[in-house]
Amino acid sequence: MKSDRLKPALLLGPLVLFLGLAYLVPFLGVMQWSVTLPETGFSQYGKAVSDPLIQSVFLRTFRICLIVTLCAVAAAYAIAYVWVRGTPAQRLVTELCILIPFWISVLTRAFGWVALLSNRGLINTWLQAAGIISEPLTMVRNEFGVVLGMMHFLIPFAVFPIASAMRSLDERVFLAARGMGASRLRIFWSIFVPMTLPGILGAGLMVFVFALGFFITPAILGGGRSVMIAELIYLRLFQSPDWGLGAAISVILMLIVGALLVLMLRLVRPNKMLG
Amino acid sequence: MKPTPIAVFLAFTVALFLLLPLIAVVPVSFTPARFLSMPTDVWSLRHYQALLDNPAWLQSIWLSLRIGILSSVIATLLALMFSLGIWMFRPWFGSLLFGFVLLPMVAPPVVSAITLYFFLTTLSKVNDVVAYDTWVGVAIAHAVMIAPFAVVMVTVALAQVDRRIDLAARGFGASVSQRVFKVILPNIKFGVFTAFFLSFVLSWEEIGVTLFITSVDAVTLPRMMWMGLRDNIDPAIAAISVILIIIVITVILAKTAVTFKLSRKT
Repeated sequence: MKSDRLKPALLLGPLVLFLGLAYLVPFLGVMQWSVTLPETGFSQYGKAVSDPLIQSVFLRTFRICLIVTLCAVAAAYAIAYVWVRGTPAQRLVTELCILIPFWISVLTRAFGWVALLSNRGLINTWLQAAGIISEPLTMVRNEFGVVLGMMHFLIPFAVFPIASAMRSLDERVFLAARGMGASRLRIFWSIFVPMTLPGILGAGLMVFVFALGFFITPAILGGGRSVMIAELIYLRLFQSPDWGLGAAISVILMLIVGALLVLMLRLVRPNKMLG
Repeated sequence: MKPTPIAVFLAFTVALFLLLPLIAVVPVSFTPARFLSMPTDVWSLRHYQALLDNPAWLQSIWLSLRIGILSSVIATLLALMFSLGIWMFRPWFGSLLFGFVLLPMVAPPVVSAITLYFFLTTLSKVNDVVAYDTWVGVAIAHAVMIAPFAVVMVTVALAQVDRRIDLAARGFGASVSQRVFKVILPNIKFGVFTAFFLSFVLSWEEIGVTLFITSVDAVTLPRMMWMGLRDNIDPAIAAISVILIIIVITVILAKTAVTFKLSRKT
């Protein structure tokens, strides 16, 4: 019997041990920073909650994430609809347009937006050459650029849960509605959308959670002007060495994300998300 | 119910939106200027030349390759053992362990970054191999970040294996290692390869955590790109981006073509 218990441990142990030592223990260390640097106690948490600058960063992060989530889910719904239900040619084109950006690194994609939106970028050069504008439009280093860049990053992630919800629908329901004289629009709004609602909510929560911890895209497209929470942690750690505060904000962020994940697990069954 | 023309139009608008920034990179990479701009009269290859001339670019590519291979080998191996353990023995605490190993994937990247920064700076006090700003340190940190993805991929592959073949092998008295190497692994080898490939790509592209745990020595390719993107944007970034985009498109088109051919055969 002894070897029967030992064998699972030999297989399961290494990864659990590895992540325990390289992730769980250091995370506890970060929590310890948050209550010991620069002094023992919860003063850093008090500061993180009451400091007007940090409050404004939290508010901005929530606002941007909300806008990005709504736009990304709507866009993902549109493309997923054709990806799942279109003609074979439409399916192929949409699939490539979803997969290619998905596999390209976040840096390249953020840079693509800079190339498109900056003062000497594609859009401004063309608009100026066409004589539509005389001064370049400011489209990066502000929230507009951040929202576009984050949407672009997150749309493919939102597509997968929505598409899997759309695939699992029973075609006969639509035939029945048709037979009873419902218009296409009515079928879409009264049947199709409500039936894919779990996918929409799952995608929305996932995108929102991802967006909260976003760092690279806002840092490049925001140009330090519209700082989000993740960038604030970076700045607290490396520019104004204030490790205790950076750690405290990280722990708060982790708690928020944890709460949202629990909500997500209640809405979408985890085994569905894996498959 | 086929999509209406309006639905198709909306979907293709989104598709265009997804491709647009990737297309925009191409003309910018041919600018003759030293700053980010559109080429007007002459198209120049100077920024592609700069990639070859500046040894820092080639060094960072070589570093990223080494880190990618080491971290994805570690992550895939540990993930494979873990997923096999869960699948074969189905321990009662399995879902709890599963949730635990997915932690680096679901936690905000910045929280993982500060956590791994703590991990490596602490290790730096006792050794110089697995430490802050070393290539092995970065590889270990990447392995932490990509292991959950490898676990998901291998678990998905295992979910498609028919349990009865394993039960049959067990019934005939096969040992655990025989079941693993002779029965289960041959059935999931494609899934394991996919896990390894995904792990490598994730490490190759990783920047969120890398930014926190490197400074001047372990400059990976993404880190190198990040430095060129921050203040004065270096058009060499456009050139390297075009190359990376072409690689991704080639791989995806090749894969699509192969799947297409296979689906026509059967």
